[in-house]
Amino acid sequence: MAGEDKPEYWRWPESRWTNPDLDWKAGDIITAGVDVGSVSSQAAIMVDGQLFAYSNMRTGSNSPDSAVNAMDWALKDTGMTLDDINYVVGTGYGRVNVPFSNRAITEIACHARGGNFMYGPTVRTILDMGGQDCKAIRCDGRGKVEEFLMNDKCAAGTGRGMEVFADLLSVPIQDVGEMSLDIDEEPNPVSSTCVVFAKTEATGLLREGWPKEKVLAAYCSAMAHRVVTLLERLGVEEDFAITGGIAKNRGVVKRLEDELGITTLEPRYDTQIAGAVGAALFAEALVKKQRKQAGG
Amino acid sequence: MAITAGIDAGAKNTKVVILREDVVVGRGTNPTGFALSEAVEKAFVLALEEAGITRDQVDRIVATGAGRKAVHLAQGNVTEVTADARGANRLMPSARTVIDVGAEEGRGISIDERGVLVDSAVNEKCAAGAGAFTEAMARALEIPLEDIGELSLQSTKSIDMNAQCTVFAESELVTLVHSNTATADIARSVHDAISSRITSMVRRVGLEPEVMLIGGVGYNVGFKKSLEEDLGMKVTVPEYPEYVTALGAAIIAKEQLGGA
Amino acid sequence: MRANYGYTDGSGEWYITIDTNKCDGCRACEEVCPEGCFAIEVDDYDDEVAMVTEDQRKKIKYSCGPCKPVGKEHVEPCHEACPHGAIEHSW
Repeated sequence: MAGEDKPEYWRWPESRWTNPDLDWKAGDIITAGVDVGSVSSQAAIMVDGQLFAYSNMRTGSNSPDSAVNAMDWALKDTGMTLDDINYVVGTGYGRVNVPFSNRAITEIACHARGGNFMYGPTVRTILDMGGQDCKAIRCDGRGKVEEFLMNDKCAAGTGRGMEVFADLLSVPIQDVGEMSLDIDEEPNPVSSTCVVFAKTEATGLLREGWPKEKVLAAYCSAMAHRVVTLLERLGVEEDFAITGGIAKNRGVVKRLEDELGITTLEPRYDTQIAGAVGAALFAEALVKKQRKQAGG
Repeated sequence: MAITAGIDAGAKNTKVVILREDVVVGRGTNPTGFALSEAVEKAFVLALEEAGITRDQVDRIVATGAGRKAVHLAQGNVTEVTADARGANRLMPSARTVIDVGAEEGRGISIDERGVLVDSAVNEKCAAGAGAFTEAMARALEIPLEDIGELSLQSTKSIDMNAQCTVFAESELVTLVHSNTATADIARSVHDAISSRITSMVRRVGLEPEVMLIGGVGYNVGFKKSLEEDLGMKVTVPEYPEYVTALGAAIIAKEQLGGA
Repeated sequence: MRANYGYTDGSGEWYITIDTNKCDGCRACEEVCPEGCFAIEVDDYDDEVAMVTEDQRKKIKYSCGPCKPVGKEHVEPCHEACPHGAIEHSW
């Protein structure tokens, strides 16, 4: 294939974390959530409702292996093994292909529950901007979904659309946000929603002599605007949080905040783990339910 | 003898047709690119040369297409659907359904026996519903766009393409290539995918025979075949399918001169 | 729960909204839809409700096209069939 030597501008950094203050061996209920998305996969491990460890990595060529890899990386150096975990819930696009899971739950329900944990019970609107989809969720104080919409049909407003632009402009994807803010004056957004047409438009702008920063600004603001129209279908109720990979892109987040006139909650964890955390919480509730049924 | 011109300023190519009375005497085309006026000028000059006339001899010019309002040479402009209807009717008076698939837009149009527009539906602003989809897929397959139609005719089995977005379909196609799926079968699935989207759009305006396919995609025999299967009906492609919209604009220019 | 199935793309907003609080899983929508857009399934909160099938979610603009003719008065069969008015289209 052509272009093998080309740098991979779309590559984003993977991450993992372990809670140093938590002695898992003293725990009672240990559960895990595994979110296998089309672009990234995460595993989150909870001990009695507290976050113990997580991993966030790129999805490989097949879902089962990606689930195993994410889980292994989260468990690494913790002394814990898969056998120590009472219950595993799979979620995300590849949720039915998590080999060691006890149940699959949709990413919508898991994101709402995970968002409630990560950002606190005041969160009412969660926007998840993932690699190949975009979800807007309105939830109650317990993290139960009240309304949702999910867009996985169209690449606009997803990480994938951003990858196309990172590639077009030869800018590493994690630098896109900051670069797009390095401008003197905010340009008009790219007028096409469709990524294919937006790319044509951007090519024209570059030919006119626009610097990369300005083209990125025009695209980030188009993406923000597009997501606002999604949110408007639901109605944005505060508090508001953004999860997923694009939550790390200040260029999109800031423009989104400006257009909505509200600020987003500050993330305390990697923004990509909400689905996995929610899945682990569902798992915990399911263990408690099982015990209750067995006991009484 | 009235001489008129129709200029179709499309998203990808600009097309010009020159009519002397009711006969086409000149055609010209040039990529629209990022400089519309330049493209219009070049295509117009080509058409004038073929007609063997000077620009002063042209009595009236009507523009159409996405960039129609920016065509300063023209004295008037009409929408693409109106131009499509008139152009298709001239070439085939029995046409009741006109399907125009251009680079960035797909249109389904129902017309009456006089070439008057009855209803229309458009796939716009999304590459998956237009010729841009086929173009992107040909690029991903690393074959010339002109070849993808013929290639798909050699297909022995149909494969379903799940992605509805051009960007996602590119990745799906790469996966198919890596799993050693025959290129001809992939090409067919590309045409089946775009054809199913065009078909449902056409059904919204009511499908009546005869059906005429115009626009640059008319040259694509693979798409035509998929479309005929989906519609369950014969589809006629005229000679020079990409010029039909410009032809319609030239006919309208003549009508506007009066004394028709 | 208000479940919006569908998408927004360059061409517009294309959603079928199902209000699962109104839906009792009677299957009327499933039976009447000529394109097989609906299915009754158990959701994440263990309720048996109507949802738009996975493969239709990315193409409902096209799937619903035949029931929404241009320039003619129409009522979508699924809206008419639902005894609780739980189904809406965004366009």
